[in-house]
Amino acid sequence: MSHRNSEDIKSIREGVRALCAEFDAAYWRKIDEEKGFPEAFVSAMTQAGWLSAMIPEEYGGSGLGLAEASVILEEVNYCGGNSGTIHGQMYNMFTLLRHGSDAQKTYYLPKLASGELRLQSMGVTEPTTGTDTTKIKTTAVRRGDKYVINGQKVWISRIQHSDLMILLARTTPLAEVKKKSEGMSIFLVDLRETIGKGLTVQPIANMVNHETNELFFDNLELPADSLIGEEGKGFRYILDGLNAERTLIAAECIGDGRWFTEKSSAYARDRVVFGRPIGQNQGVQFPIAEAHIEIEAADLMRWRACEEYDSGINAGASANMAKYLAAKASWEAANACLQTHGGFGFACEYDVERKFRETRLYQVAPISTNLILSYVAEHLLELPRSF
Amino acid sequence: MRVLVSIKRVVDYNVKIRVKADNSGVDLANVKMSMNPFCEIAVEEAVRLKEKGVATEIVVVSVGPSTAQEQLRTALALGADRAILVESAEDLTSLAVAKLLKAVVDKEQPQLVILGKQAIDSDNNQTGQMLAALSGYGQGTFASKVEVSGDSVAVTREIDGGAQTVSLKLPAIVTTDLRLNEPRYASLPNIMKAKKKPLEVLTPDALGVSTASTNKTVKVEAPAARSAGIKVKSVAELVEKLKNEAKVI
Ligand SMILES: Cc1cc2nc3c(=O)[nH]c(=O)nc-3n(C[C@H](O)[C@H](O)[C@H](O)COP(=O)(O)OP(=O)(O)OC[C@H]3O[C@@H](n4cnc5c(N)ncnc54)[C@H](O)[C@@H]3O)c2cc1C
Ligand SMILES: Cc1cc2nc3c(=O)[nH]c(=O)nc-3n(C[C@H](O)[C@H](O)[C@H](O)COP(=O)(O)OP(=O)(O)OC[C@H]3O[C@@H](n4cnc5c(N)ncnc54)[C@H](O)[C@@H]3O)c2cc1C
Repeated sequence: MSHRNSEDIKSIREGVRALCAEFDAAYWRKIDEEKGFPEAFVSAMTQAGWLSAMIPEEYGGSGLGLAEASVILEEVNYCGGNSGTIHGQMYNMFTLLRHGSDAQKTYYLPKLASGELRLQSMGVTEPTTGTDTTKIKTTAVRRGDKYVINGQKVWISRIQHSDLMILLARTTPLAEVKKKSEGMSIFLVDLRETIGKGLTVQPIANMVNHETNELFFDNLELPADSLIGEEGKGFRYILDGLNAERTLIAAECIGDGRWFTEKSSAYARDRVVFGRPIGQNQGVQFPIAEAHIEIEAADLMRWRACEEYDSGINAGASANMAKYLAAKASWEAANACLQTHGGFGFACEYDVERKFRETRLYQVAPISTNLILSYVAEHLLELPRSF
Repeated sequence: MRVLVSIKRVVDYNVKIRVKADNSGVDLANVKMSMNPFCEIAVEEAVRLKEKGVATEIVVVSVGPSTAQEQLRTALALGADRAILVESAEDLTSLAVAKLLKAVVDKEQPQLVILGKQAIDSDNNQTGQMLAALSGYGQGTFASKVEVSGDSVAVTREIDGGAQTVSLKLPAIVTTDLRLNEPRYASLPNIMKAKKKPLEVLTPDALGVSTASTNKTVKVEAPAARSAGIKVKSVAELVEKLKNEAKVI
C-alpha cells in the first residue's frame, strides 16, 4: 500500500477530483430531484479504471490496496458526489477474488475491470431477520447440476444497474448445523439471466435516492457452478469482505465530513447577520470546529485500518471502530452544516440537505452503530455477548 | 513525427488570488497549483495526433520549479511519452522561457511544438510567438483546429473578425485557444503508468541559456474591488453620469 501522504495517494486524489469536476453539484442535485441513477458518472468512473483499482493487474485492474481504494471513494464524497452508487463493486470484487475458482476469476474479473460487466450488488439482508444474519430464510437446494433458490431479500442495492450479484442463502437448515454460522453459501447470480425467470425485483422508494430493492426468489434455478468457494462456508466468506467494506465506508464518511466542514466554514465566513459574519459567534464556530476535530480523529483510525488490512494483519477492530467514528463524525458535521446554513440549509440548491440525508445512512447500513458497539464490547473488551 | 508540448505550472483557476502583504507578488503559500488550462488543451491535441497515428512520440516540457514535476506527471498520465523539466526557481520572463524552449527544440528536433496561447497567471500571450521568432519556424497562434498532412499543418486561428486558416511548413509552432478540444481526464491505469515514464531534469546552464532578466517587478497590486452599481431614473441622468462621472462619452 501507499503511505497516506505519498505521491501515489496525491495523484489518485487529483485524478479522482479531475473526473468529479465533470460531475458537479448541479449534476448530483438533478439526479436526486429526478430520483435517477448517476449512470454517466458510474460509466466514467468505470471507464477511467477507478472501480477496478483493487483488481490485480493480471486480470486487467491496477492491483492497488485498500488504502488507495478508500481514497477514491473519499474523494468522490468530498467532491459532493455519492459513492454509494459505486462502492459495491469495490468490495464485492474481493469476495470473488479471494474465494472464487480460477475459472470464475479468469472469466469475470477481466470483464469487471473493463467495465463490460458490473458486480455492484450483494444480497444478504432479509426482511424478517435483519441484522441477525445467521437466521436468514432464503434457501438454496442442490438438484442435479442446479441450485434452486427460494426466499426473499430486502434493501439490495444497485440491482437495476448491475449485471451480477453475490447472494447469501442457506444450503443446510439451521437445525442441522453445529454452529449457526455454518451451512450458508454464496452464489454469483447473473441478473441478466434471472430477473423475470424466478427472481422478481421490487424497487423501494427511500430517503437517500439509493437504488435499492426487495427481491423475491421463486424456484430460481442457478447453475451449480454459480457457487463461490465451498458449500456451507459462505457466511465466513462474506464476513471476510466486511472489514474492507467498513473501511471504505469510513473513508466515504470522511470525504462527506470534509465537504460539510468546508461548506460550513465558507458560509459562516460570508453570511453576515447582526452586523458580523455568523462565524464570529462561538455558537456557530464551535460545532464546526468540533466536527473538524472528530473527522480528523476518525481519519487516523481509518488509516490504521487500511495499513493493517494492506499488510495482512487482522483489521477487524480498526475497521469497525473507523466506521463507527467516521459515520458519527460525518453526521455531526452534517448537522452543524445544516444549522450553520439556517433556513438556506433546507434549500436544495445548497446541497446541504441532500448530503445530510446521504451521510445519515451510514449509521445504519451496512452495519448499524449498535452492532459495532456490541462487537467491541464482546470481542475487544471480553464482555458477555448481549444477544 | 515527434511533438513537443510545453506546459506551465500555475495557480489553479478555482483559487481566489491573493497579493502578498509586501506587494512583491502573488501569495503562493498553501495554494493549489495546476497545469495551465491552455496547456491541457495542448497536451490533449498532441495525444489526439498520436491516437490518429500522426504523432509517434510526445515529449512534454516545463520550465519552472522542481514542483512542476507534478504537472509533468499529469501530462504523462494524459498520454505524453516522456518529460523534461528545465528547472529554475526564478520567476522567468517570457523571453527567457522562449530561449530555454528553443534550446530544447534544438535538442529534440520536434516537427510540431504546441503551446498554450497564454498562461492564466500572467496572461502574457507571447512565449509561443517568441519561440517562433527564435527558431525561425512558422506559427499558427490561437488555434481552434489543427490538421497535419504530409509536411505541412493547416491551423485554423481564432481572430477578431472570425476564423483564419494558415498553412505552415513543418516544423511549426502552434498555440492553442479554448475551442480547440476538450481535454480528457487521466485514467487510473495511466496515472500508475505515468510514474514509470522517463522524466529528465535539465538546468538553464546545461542548456547554455542565460535567463538574466531585463525586467523588474516594481509592485504587484490587487485590482480595486468593484463598487456596487446604481440605478438611474432617466436616460438624461445616464448620459449625464457617463459624461461627467465615468467620463467615457
Ligand atoms: C439504503 C440502504 C441500502 C442497503 N443496501 C444493502 C445491500 O445492498 N445489501 C444488503 O444485504 N443489505 C443492504 N442494506 C441493509 C442494511 O445492511 C440493514 O438495513 C442493516 O444491516 C440493518 O438491518 P435492519 O434494517 O434489518 O435493522 P434491524 O436488524 O431490524 O435493526 C433495527 C435497529 O435495532 C438495532 N438492533 C438490532 N439488534 C440489536 C442488538 N442485538 N443490540 C442492540 N441493537 C440492536 C439496530 O442497531 C438498529 O438500530 C441496505 C440498507 C439501506 C437502508
Ligand atoms: C421551511 C422553512 C419555512 C420558513 N417559513 C417562514 C415563513 O413563513 N415566514 C418567515 O418570515 N420566515 C420563514 N422561514 C425563515 C426562518 O424563520 C429563518 O430561516 C430562520 O429565522 C433563520 O434565519 P436565516 O435562515 O436567515 O439564518 P441566519 O440568521 O443566517 O442564521 C444562520 C445560523 O447562524 C446562527 N446565528 C446567527 N446569528 C447568531 C448569533 N449572534 N449568535 C449565535 N448564532 C447566530 C443561527 O442560529 C443559524 O444557525 C422559513 C424557513 C424555512 C427553512
